[in-house]
Amino acid sequence: MPTLTYLDAIRQGIWEEMERDPSVFLLGEDIGAFGGAFKVTAGMLEKFGEDRVIDTPISESAIVGAAVGAALMGMRPVVEMQFMDFIACGFDQIVNMAAKIHYRWGPAVPIVIRGPSGAGVHGGPFHSQSNEMWFVHTPGLKVVMPATAYDAKGLIKAAIRDENPVIFYEHKFLYRRIKEEIPSEDYVVPLGKAAVRREGRDITVITYGAMVWTALEAAQELEKEGISLEVVDLRSLLPYDEELVLASVRKCSKVILLHEDTRTGGMAGELAALIAEKAFDDLDGPLLRVTAPDTPVPFSPPLEEYFLPTAQKVIGAARKLAAY
Amino acid sequence: MATVRAPKTVQNVTATPDRATLARMLYFLKLTREAEWRIEQVLYRQGKIVGGVYTSRGQEAITVGTAIQLVDGDVVTPTHRDFAAHVIRGTPLQKIFCNWLGRADAPTRGRDGGPHIGDISRGIIAPISPVGAWCPVACGAAMALQRAGQGRIALTYFGEGTSARGDVHEAMNLAAVRKLPVVFVCNNNGFAYSTPPEKEYAVKSLAVRGPAYGMPGASVDGNNVLVVYAAVEKAIARARAGKGPSLIECRTFRMTGHSAHDAAEYVPEDLRKAWAKKDPIERFQKILLREEILTKPQLEEMDRRIQKEIDDAVALAEASPFAAGATAVEGVYCGAECWWEKPLN
Ligand SMILES: Cc1ncc(C[n+]2csc(CCOP(=O)(O)OP(=O)(O)O)c2C)c(N)n1
Ligand SMILES: [Mg+2]
Repeated sequence: MPTLTYLDAIRQGIWEEMERDPSVFLLGEDIGAFGGAFKVTAGMLEKFGEDRVIDTPISESAIVGAAVGAALMGMRPVVEMQFMDFIACGFDQIVNMAAKIHYRWGPAVPIVIRGPSGAGVHGGPFHSQSNEMWFVHTPGLKVVMPATAYDAKGLIKAAIRDENPVIFYEHKFLYRRIKEEIPSEDYVVPLGKAAVRREGRDITVITYGAMVWTALEAAQELEKEGISLEVVDLRSLLPYDEELVLASVRKCSKVILLHEDTRTGGMAGELAALIAEKAFDDLDGPLLRVTAPDTPVPFSPPLEEYFLPTAQKVIGAARKLAAY
Repeated sequence: MATVRAPKTVQNVTATPDRATLARMLYFLKLTREAEWRIEQVLYRQGKIVGGVYTSRGQEAITVGTAIQLVDGDVVTPTHRDFAAHVIRGTPLQKIFCNWLGRADAPTRGRDGGPHIGDISRGIIAPISPVGAWCPVACGAAMALQRAGQGRIALTYFGEGTSARGDVHEAMNLAAVRKLPVVFVCNNNGFAYSTPPEKEYAVKSLAVRGPAYGMPGASVDGNNVLVVYAAVEKAIARARAGKGPSLIECRTFRMTGHSAHDAAEYVPEDLRKAWAKKDPIERFQKILLREEILTKPQLEEMDRRIQKEIDDAVALAEASPFAAGATAVEGVYCGAECWWEKPLN
């Protein structure tokens, strides 16, 4: 099995879908000869030609709108946002156009909007955001964020094959930092399904994206203290895997909700509500959130470091919970 | 709350720039070139600057020839390639270096980086990364200036790639409809990251967009600071007189990669070489020597002074501390007690 980085896994997933299905094509800024700002589409222009790898003007609204139009004609556009922060410039086309077509009048809108998100690279307030909740709050969209290379490939393929608009968050910190062996044969990771990354007994950490690795780091440390963490990787945020979340909560009875996104209105709050509704009797302690604070992502290294959740913060929360 | 300082009266800057203005323009051109060189070729390479590094090398004349004509009370919205606008408006060099280094003494106190610098008292509205988003903001500033009725104006910059953004189109239309005192200055530097102009728009010159929205449009040599000055002078006079907005495209070339990490292999070598011969600073300096506006010794003195100013500013910036991590959560909202009005650390 070849070993691929998270980035190459996404690239290979798109590549294979383009080979498999001629209706798949790409739209984005600097994605052609340049291969994209992070090189996710490197070599695709040469392989698939200008009809299928389309360099656009800097016009996010037109890019998403055009993707919707093409999708209505039976195509499967995959849109790259140079940074997911700039998805804001295509917001109306996503939340009012793409998200509501099927519900209102029937047609499928099989588009994927993908790109780098997340902090940890000193990108400042406009190259670091975790803005997934803008879209998790929009019925009609699906929202995905892989944490591993295997999932990155399997999820991008599933997203491309899905009949609905999928917002696909890649974590730029993981792009070249993680790699793993990936099967050569075709596979998908289904949307809406979470995964247990590490089995544990005492506390479940429910998280997604780069924070999965933070949770695993904390779990390793805590093992030395005899605290056993389970780590649940949501993989899909909308729809999310209620069943697996609840099963893990019932098993461990103590819960940490962890994300890189800011606190208020974050995924943790949604999960806390679900758990309070459906697993209240199973809880042996308070639901603890470990998240970024409610601020923009600051630029300078000490500020960004303070902003980001860390393994230490997870460990602190776990020790607190262990006392219950 | 702080806002843009309003002068009692606003006068247009003199017709042809006088000798002092000419010398100041050369000074700001050189200061910009050298300060950005320090940022890109020294501080960045030393690993002291994290994040993207964008400079205006080769296109400094556009910002200098335009911003030099602003007066107190005017508003400017710079892009990531308008370093000169900040120094011309009086932002201390040291503050600018602090911003690049993410230090506490920076106008953003380390919350944002690089060219994202604003100073409301100097009429500088800080850019955000999503390009062109400041053009509608310039229109709003111009609405307020229009009501104030003093002949103050807003100057808004954007790149040719950015001209494709809906925000820019909406801003130009709004400005024309409301006859707002806005001057739109497009720096057409031949590339938007790796993308050449023919992939951004299908018109021969962006100047045609002016009349298309109901305002004058011009396209000028952006590497000749005097030509830029003259073109914008007309537009500014028009705006001050209440006759509405104008669009000026300044043709130039980006003599660097998109940012410091970009080797720009997609830029044809002959194109770069051809533009290197039209360096705006060399051209202008020759004119000033020929016309005896400045002497050789004066030029040498100017160069020395600039190096010293940069050395001093960098030293101060490097000595400035980082804001403590915990300050990240302060000052998210503006209230009776303004966090920004308190000293940091
Ligand atoms: C809305 C938006 N989309 C994409 C980007 C990424 N990006 C940053 S600068 C740039 C190119 C801008 O080109 P141009 O307007 O010509 O300005 P230049 O950098 O050449 O001065 C791009 C695509 C962005 N900042 N904002
Ligand atoms: Mg450009």
